[in-house]
Amino acid sequence: MIDVELGHYLTLGAIIFTIGVIGIFLNRKNVIVILMCIELILLAVNINLVSFSIFLNDINGQIFTLFILTVAAAEAAIGLAIIVVYYRNTGTIHVEEIDSLKG
Amino acid sequence: MLAHTIFFYTFSLIAIISSIMVIASKNTVHSVFFLILDFITISCLFIMIGAEFLGMIMLIVYVGAVAVLFLFVVMMLNVAQQKNQWFGATSGYSHMPIGLIIGIVIFIELIIVISGWKHKPDLLSINSIDLDTNVTNTHLIGSVLYTDYIHLFQLSGMILLVAMVGAIVLTFTKRMGIKKQSYIKQISRERDEGVSLVDVKSKQGVKIDD
Repeated sequence: MIDVELGHYLTLGAIIFTIGVIGIFLNRKNVIVILMCIELILLAVNINLVSFSIFLNDINGQIFTLFILTVAAAEAAIGLAIIVVYYRNTGTIHVEEIDSLKG
Repeated sequence: MLAHTIFFYTFSLIAIISSIMVIASKNTVHSVFFLILDFITISCLFIMIGAEFLGMIMLIVYVGAVAVLFLFVVMMLNVAQQKNQWFGATSGYSHMPIGLIIGIVIFIELIIVISGWKHKPDLLSINSIDLDTNVTNTHLIGSVLYTDYIHLFQLSGMILLVAMVGAIVLTFTKRMGIKKQSYIKQISRERDEGVSLVDVKSKQGVKIDD
């Protein structure tokens, strides 16, 4: 308990991951919050990779975290551009009102 | 070691509370602020356990670029007034129970995996690269990233390029009614278009716009 081990960091990652997943399901607001929840999930994955890399003495985990960071930045840029275009076309980004696919 | 423990629990408490606030706050702008706080806290954790380069990169990329991008979009789209209503869904159909169930199941699965996980004893001996304490973290990442992972590195550059081009193409609109300078038109202008020679008759003058 007093010594911070690998399991503590993994638990922190699991908690943040779960909060991100719940946020996607419970969101009633707009799509931007869903994108933020995806960022939270990627952050949790980064925590896992970095803590494994540090505690197992292997640098490769941090390299993969860098790549995840790159993909997350690209995904945020494209997603926000799509949201801006959608808002310009329809005037709303409410999750409830985006139902043109009848899902 | 005690300081490490205290800082770990403090930072992880802040991170968990702020990530709950990201999904629970009524105002989207507040969600973005709590997301920024979350990123800063996690990068503090990274710096604390010895991944300094990644902590700094997280600060620069997430807080400096991604979060500010979110903030810009939230403020541009005027969605800050749209209140969060997921505690009482308007349509009568709520995703709350199924979402909670799925979230709790995922969390329990992750905890089971973590608590059942053990170091394989021969895992430490098969390391390709040891963390050398004489070189800095940045040096170590660079020495691996630019040699073993050079192709992936360049591919991630391509991903960023495609994302940039895609974002510009998606949001670009040709605006009407704006006077712009056209170099092609200016350069390819001939003498005949600009000047006309008129024979001026005596005592009659020239009629303009005839």
